[in-house]
Amino acid sequence: MARKITYQQAINEALAQEMARDSSVIVMGEDNHGGEGSPGEQDAWGGVLGVTKGLYHKFPGRVIDTPISESGFIGAAIGAATNGLRPVAELMFVDFMGVCFDQIFNQAAKFRYMFGGKAETPVVIRTMYGAGFRAAAQHSQCLYSLFTHIPGLKVVMPATPYDAKGMLIQAIRDNDPVIFMEHKMLYTLEGEVPEESYTVPFGEANVVREGDDITVVTLGRMVHLADQAAQAMQKNGVHVEVIDLRTTSPLDEATVLESVERTGRLVVVDESNPRCSMASDIAGLVAQKAFGALKAPIEQVTAPHVPPPFSDALEDIYIPTVADIQGAIGRVMEFRR
Amino acid sequence: MASELTKDRLLQAYRTMRTIRDFEDRLHADFATGEIPGFVHLYAGEEASATGICMHLGKDDYIASTHRGHGHCIAKGVDVMGMMAEIWGKKTGTCRGKGGSMHIADLSLGMMGANGIVGGGGPLICGAALAMKLRKLDDVAICFFGDGASNQGTIFEALNLATVWNLPAIFVAENNGYAEATSSKYSVACDNIADRASAFGMPGVIVDGFDFFAVHEAAGEAIERARKGGGPTLLEVKLSRYYGHFEGDQQKYRAPNEVAHIKEAKDCLTTFAKRVTGAGQLTQAELSAIDAEVAALIEESVRRAKSDPKPAAADLMTDVYVSY
Repeated sequence: MARKITYQQAINEALAQEMARDSSVIVMGEDNHGGEGSPGEQDAWGGVLGVTKGLYHKFPGRVIDTPISESGFIGAAIGAATNGLRPVAELMFVDFMGVCFDQIFNQAAKFRYMFGGKAETPVVIRTMYGAGFRAAAQHSQCLYSLFTHIPGLKVVMPATPYDAKGMLIQAIRDNDPVIFMEHKMLYTLEGEVPEESYTVPFGEANVVREGDDITVVTLGRMVHLADQAAQAMQKNGVHVEVIDLRTTSPLDEATVLESVERTGRLVVVDESNPRCSMASDIAGLVAQKAFGALKAPIEQVTAPHVPPPFSDALEDIYIPTVADIQGAIGRVMEFRR
Repeated sequence: MASELTKDRLLQAYRTMRTIRDFEDRLHADFATGEIPGFVHLYAGEEASATGICMHLGKDDYIASTHRGHGHCIAKGVDVMGMMAEIWGKKTGTCRGKGGSMHIADLSLGMMGANGIVGGGGPLICGAALAMKLRKLDDVAICFFGDGASNQGTIFEALNLATVWNLPAIFVAENNGYAEATSSKYSVACDNIADRASAFGMPGVIVDGFDFFAVHEAAGEAIERARKGGGPTLLEVKLSRYYGHFEGDQQKYRAPNEVAHIKEAKDCLTTFAKRVTGAGQLTQAELSAIDAEVAALIEESVRRAKSDPKPAAADLMTDVYVSY
């Protein structure tokens, strides 16, 4: 049996292996080592949750702490990517995109097209998303659909430690700007991860579980909840196919459409708010391109259209649950014209 | 000082300033016919700034420009034919017709792009400079921005970052007195943009932007210091634009005859010519010869731009990603 490490360790290992392989890879962000300019310990934090811990001493001068100045340093990472470096910048919480989005969507995402195909911007922006941490409205959002909306960005969201390592290495080697979404509730998830370096290609969904009765398309942390729901439904004789999109841009339309053509039924599970979401995007895709195959209306399981709440009593009902997914699967299976 | 500039360099300076002026004057005339798509922001009147600064730079030095970027592009050596074709929306343009006036860029020449976002270039230049520093190069990165952008948070963040990281970066505030139709006397809270330098721990220098020699000298000092690891400078260049914020702007917010008075008293080309001919460094015949060559170049660029093909429909979908 292969070695098991956490999602967080997998990200750290991907960074370390790529930094060792390619001296143009640098890591930068707020407290990515921690202690800069202070009298005490260096690498005091290794990132706010310790994801980059240890890289500072392994790679002197290449793990750079920044002021809390997201427009400044995210933009600097983008500028450095046009001049020979491959920066991995950390936007601590994706919610903070609000203070630096111009640099991401008007600058990095546009250079190649606007400059007639003559620019390359190999920057990776790692960022933490998702609810469940009791972190409330400004530290719990998903927001990946906002990045997905922008041509010129690639958006990847690994659900497992294996994908976290392979997709981060792929992201660093990719010559386009990549938004790398890390769910904060997945950092402690353990899984089998090869010690050697490997890549997971973008635009290839992962069929987590095969089944011919109904398709569940999902992404990020919801992959695990959808799989649990599918496992429970199996006991009722319902064979659920679970598809993890893995990247929202590029999007593996073919795997989704092939599955729905076969099952005729679709539930989309997306942790984000429902309007203009990945859930509505996938539902629209299937309604447009696999309408003839549908035997029932598409169901979407999402958070409600409210900000993430603080109190556990509220957050626990904000986040989609296994029971919510089972309920949706049941309704779609039972639908009769 | 003028004495430090060889005859060849003086001729180069004049040619660059004349090329920018003629390029912009021609766009002003052609825009009025309705043939040029979109909108253009002209740099005429500000030539001494881009020229005086970029004459210190090589192709590995980076600059980030603004919406008013034609002058910076020309001074950094971007091909005038390609620029004119780009502004006319042609496939032969610098950006194959996908960028237009506000997005002309040529990274192979260290031109990171004009920028449609006011203040957008500050953080990017910090990154280019960080790469230079980490790669142990002695290149410099220069952010041109206007008095409008001087009030943007991105510029404050970039100024702070440049000092925190001791970057080889120069911030050039081209203060032409107006952010669109709003006076910098109203919108900038301090007397001079350069006064803000001390808040970010760097030298602030004010220079007369009509005077090529003053700009050249001040920029030379800042650039030399940056190349030697001495860190960033904020250089405020006080100048004026001859045309409106964009073409079509009637400039009713300016004083009557404001532009005419400036042109008569301070025009950078006129004062340059007077100084170098007066000192016997160049002759009027030499300047006139450049005038004729530049006029022919601009005429040819327009002729080609008009007859060149537009992008094909298939070009719509290309150049979004390096790898799809």
